[in-house]
Amino acid sequence: MAVAEGAEPISLKEAERPRSTPIADAWRLFRRNKASLVALGTIITIVFIAITASLWTRLGLLDARTGVDAMHTINPVNQAQQDSYPDPGVCARDNQDRNPYWCGWLSGDALASVQDTYCFRDEPVADQRQWCYLLGGDSQGKDWLTQTVYGAQVSLSVGFLGATMSLIVGLIYGVTAGFYGGRIDNLMMRIVDFMYGIPYLVLVILLQVFFTEIAREYQDQERGGVVGFVLDLNKDMGGLLFLFIALGSLSWIGMARLARGQVLSYREKEFVEAARAVGASNRRIIFVHLLPNIMGPLIVSETLAIPGYIFTEAFLSFIGLGVQPGTPSWGAMISEVRTRGGFFSNRHILLVPSIALVMTTLAFNFLGDGLRDALDPRLRGT
Amino acid sequence: MSQAMPSAQTLPQRADGKERRVLVEVTDLKKHFPIRSGILIQREVAAVKAVDGVSFQIFQGETLGLVGESGCGKSTTGRTILQLYRPTSGSVKFEGQEISTLKGEELRKMRRKMQMVFQDPYASLNPRMSVGRIVAEPLVVHNIGNRKERDERVAELLELVGLNPYFVNRYPHEFSGGQRQRIGLARSLALNPSFIVADEPISALDVSIQAQVVNLLQRLQNELGLTYLFIAHDLSMVRHLCDRVAVMYLGKIVEIAESEELYTNPLHPYTQALLSAVPVPDPVVEERRQRIILKGDVPSPINPPKGCNFNTRCPVAVDVCYDQDPELVEVLPDHWVACHRVI
Ligand SMILES: Nc1ncnc2c1ncn2[C@@H]1O[C@H](COP(=O)(O)OP(=O)(O)OP(=O)(O)O)[C@@H](O)[C@H]1O
Ligand SMILES: [Mg+2]
Repeated sequence: MAVAEGAEPISLKEAERPRSTPIADAWRLFRRNKASLVALGTIITIVFIAITASLWTRLGLLDARTGVDAMHTINPVNQAQQDSYPDPGVCARDNQDRNPYWCGWLSGDALASVQDTYCFRDEPVADQRQWCYLLGGDSQGKDWLTQTVYGAQVSLSVGFLGATMSLIVGLIYGVTAGFYGGRIDNLMMRIVDFMYGIPYLVLVILLQVFFTEIAREYQDQERGGVVGFVLDLNKDMGGLLFLFIALGSLSWIGMARLARGQVLSYREKEFVEAARAVGASNRRIIFVHLLPNIMGPLIVSETLAIPGYIFTEAFLSFIGLGVQPGTPSWGAMISEVRTRGGFFSNRHILLVPSIALVMTTLAFNFLGDGLRDALDPRLRGT
Repeated sequence: MSQAMPSAQTLPQRADGKERRVLVEVTDLKKHFPIRSGILIQREVAAVKAVDGVSFQIFQGETLGLVGESGCGKSTTGRTILQLYRPTSGSVKFEGQEISTLKGEELRKMRRKMQMVFQDPYASLNPRMSVGRIVAEPLVVHNIGNRKERDERVAELLELVGLNPYFVNRYPHEFSGGQRQRIGLARSLALNPSFIVADEPISALDVSIQAQVVNLLQRLQNELGLTYLFIAHDLSMVRHLCDRVAVMYLGKIVEIAESEELYTNPLHPYTQALLSAVPVPDPVVEERRQRIILKGDVPSPINPPKGCNFNTRCPVAVDVCYDQDPELVEVLPDHWVACHRVI
């Protein structure tokens, strides 16, 4: 078929021009911002370490006992080190009775004899293993490096889950209001306006107090039904479930407003009208035409909200309303400064978790900045 | 309001005796946008009467121009005909079938036959979709063909509108305004429609490119036998493209006639004023051209004046114009005017 009148011939230069897809463009723009590249690297590293924490533990690099079981009976190698706060770099003999850390790896008949020799299920041997505190420890001898790594799991899951939940709920709410408009929109947005007036932190604290109270109430009773299941689940999650609920209670409303505003600005665009004119369904219009266009600002805003979730969790854990006692969390670690000698004589107590907290939140802030540049439609093609 | 409209039977013949078939028939069409107010329970306090009772016919294979100032309801008329806005009242018939009451699947089927081309070439293409996906969307929505057949059809459509099919994987921002308008045209042609509403398709383009797109529209009309409703806000562009022209003012049609007739013999004072603003290429005629400057602004469509809508600006208005709404009547063969002073 002959090319019709007015058609541009393809020059060689044109054919060689690099592809310009939305994703390639975004990545090109993101790479320009060096700070956010570093931030992305930092976050990937932290996420990697947090996810593989149990692997490091198995390799013996982290203390196998975290959380409530993490209290050691300290027997410092260096006798000059008498107080109960091991300094960074100090090694100590750990004389708590337990099986060697590798016992858990072994299984099967072939290894039964090895297990019988070294691993005692009923009658553990005294393990005179030497333990080195790379980043020090607290008054009870909990290893601070181990606690920090496991604390990252808590902070990151609060950050990511908080962001994901608030994005999903806010998106569904805001898109519904914006897309259907009229009375539905009006009613839904009045509810949001009302909730906007509620002080966030106060509500979160009250919810946490309420959950703690319920947990205490049910402590001695025979649990059953939904309440029992939820309480058990929360306990298994170290108190994170209730924390997610409390954090998520209001965090979605900002997202709902943003999503609605975005939908309103795109709903009347001519390409949406064009899709209607060919008979596209509402579902297709929402998923194919609206969502891909409105996601950019929502993702940026949610990324920038992650430090907020992490801080709130740390704050709650600091005042004892966050994770359950014993669950490693940076906020709970920082609260150790309140024990005697925690503030002045043992700086690592405060510094280690604080640096982890600041690095993580800064990284998310820079990442959000970079994403904003990368997803800004006005910068495309520059 | 009732406008004296001829029924389809009385108009099978054109002035020159040629047969013509009515493709689209619009009768007393109204589109009012409600204005609501209230914090929780919203009441309707007023309405924008964007289209307030228009009637006209569009014949198979012709181009009907729809002109008027900004805000007079041209786009709303086009969109209401296509059922992108549901009419407040009135009827729209396509090939004799009433479509304003169609719903769901029936309406979707009907949409294959009538399409729209938009004014803004930048807003009318989804920036997140490649050209291939944009042009194939109508086929996907209507479940036509498999992947390979659709790709072939897309290539064919791009060639039809004068774009190189090599561009299918490119995104809209890589194209110029004129090229984007061609992409939009390819999309609207994908389902083989017989009727296209072109809403100021060239207003946003450079003058040098406008002619290209107009020529393309004409070529497509000849090749595919399309019928156009061509919306424009100035009369000069419409003249050589349209067979007939309808002039709109504040939600109503004030005059419809064949293009040449309208330009040489405008009867409504509003049409005369619009035409007096169009420069004439002949210097002698241009010298003698008298500009009729209309006083005042267009009244608000929320609260149009009593009587004739044009009475606030009309240079020749008399008492009856402030009291009674003029009907659109055929004063000359195929020349319809809504004015008390013309008869
Ligand atoms: N969705 C809507 N909701 C409320 N009012 C509307 C809506 N669409 C159009 N209007 C109003 O209806 C009137 C007619 O608008 P319309 O877009 O049809 O004018 P137009 O003749 O196409 O103008 P233009 O030349 O500027 O495109 C205007 O007063 C406009 O404000
Ligand atoms: Mg318009």
